[in-house]
Amino acid sequence: MALGLSLSLAAPLSAQPASDPQPLRYNDTAEERRFHALVAELRCVMCQNQSLADSNAQIAHDLRREVLELMRQGKSDAQIKEFLVERYGEFVLYRPRVESTTWLLWFGPALVLLAGGFLVARVIRSRGDGSGATDGTATDLGRNRRDGDEEQEW
Amino acid sequence: MNTPVPNGGARRDKARWLPLAIFAALAVLLAAGVWLSRNPDREKLPSPLIGKPAPQFSLPVLHEAGHLISTQDLRGAPYLLNVWGSWCPACRDEHPVLTRFAETKRVRVVGFNWKDEHADALRWLEQYGNPYFVVVADYEGKAAIDWGIYGAPETFLVDAGGIVRWKFVGPLTDKVIRDELIPELEKLGPEPNGTAR
Repeated sequence: MALGLSLSLAAPLSAQPASDPQPLRYNDTAEERRFHALVAELRCVMCQNQSLADSNAQIAHDLRREVLELMRQGKSDAQIKEFLVERYGEFVLYRPRVESTTWLLWFGPALVLLAGGFLVARVIRSRGDGSGATDGTATDLGRNRRDGDEEQEW
Repeated sequence: MNTPVPNGGARRDKARWLPLAIFAALAVLLAAGVWLSRNPDREKLPSPLIGKPAPQFSLPVLHEAGHLISTQDLRGAPYLLNVWGSWCPACRDEHPVLTRFAETKRVRVVGFNWKDEHADALRWLEQYGNPYFVVVADYEGKAAIDWGIYGAPETFLVDAGGIVRWKFVGPLTDKVIRDELIPELEKLGPEPNGTAR
């Protein structure tokens, strides 16, 4: 947090107006809860390592005010997110939508996991194959595992 | 200890390189991440507005409060919408570059004075000169949200039909004008002379 602040002070990409914002007032706790849940899922467009909820940038103040206003106009969470995506792009969503451009982001880790599992399964199976054979492959590997670094195989 | 194994040896040798290969792949991946993060433009957001109609606004003219200008009024010829504020140090760096470009009268340059104090904005233009064709003032920052503005300076190119063609985040430089803006302007086709009124 402190590091992020000092970094953003050290090299501002572009400046922000510095007027003191008034605190937001909520009608009731339900509204407040919904608001906080919503802004925690939105990224601050200025300081992209923070959520809209955490950021103290002026634009974050403005956008929080806008979000509350849209909530009071009866807009759903999805509509409010759509409103921001139309203006600032997909970047504002911490949880990007599943689209052709984001499928790698969504399913990439699962693919990597699958590939890893496949590899591990293959290695285990290749060891298993050797155990029944008389060429001594598996016993060599097995002994090396037991003996640790006591001997090199080559 | 080890008797050479005619069948299993080759396969085992391959398996032995596997951890190294995985390590190398990870190292390449991380290096690519570090390399990409060196790009200073990394934090600049691409505008989803490119190719779409410019968002509607109706804002007071800075020098003539009470007189409103809308995006509709600006149609008919391309214009450059330059977001600035007297509170913005980078805008001051950009100012001479923008002024030089505006003097070529290649395209109308409209000032978008964002969340500024009226008196401060006027004083700023008096001090540094006014390169703008007209300056509109967004005191509350509502129109800025519609335009997806998140910092100053930012510059948009809007064509004669009111479609956003190009956006640049950060101070314009001679290089940006030469390499990006002018080619975009040329794409708009030959213009009737004297578009800059």
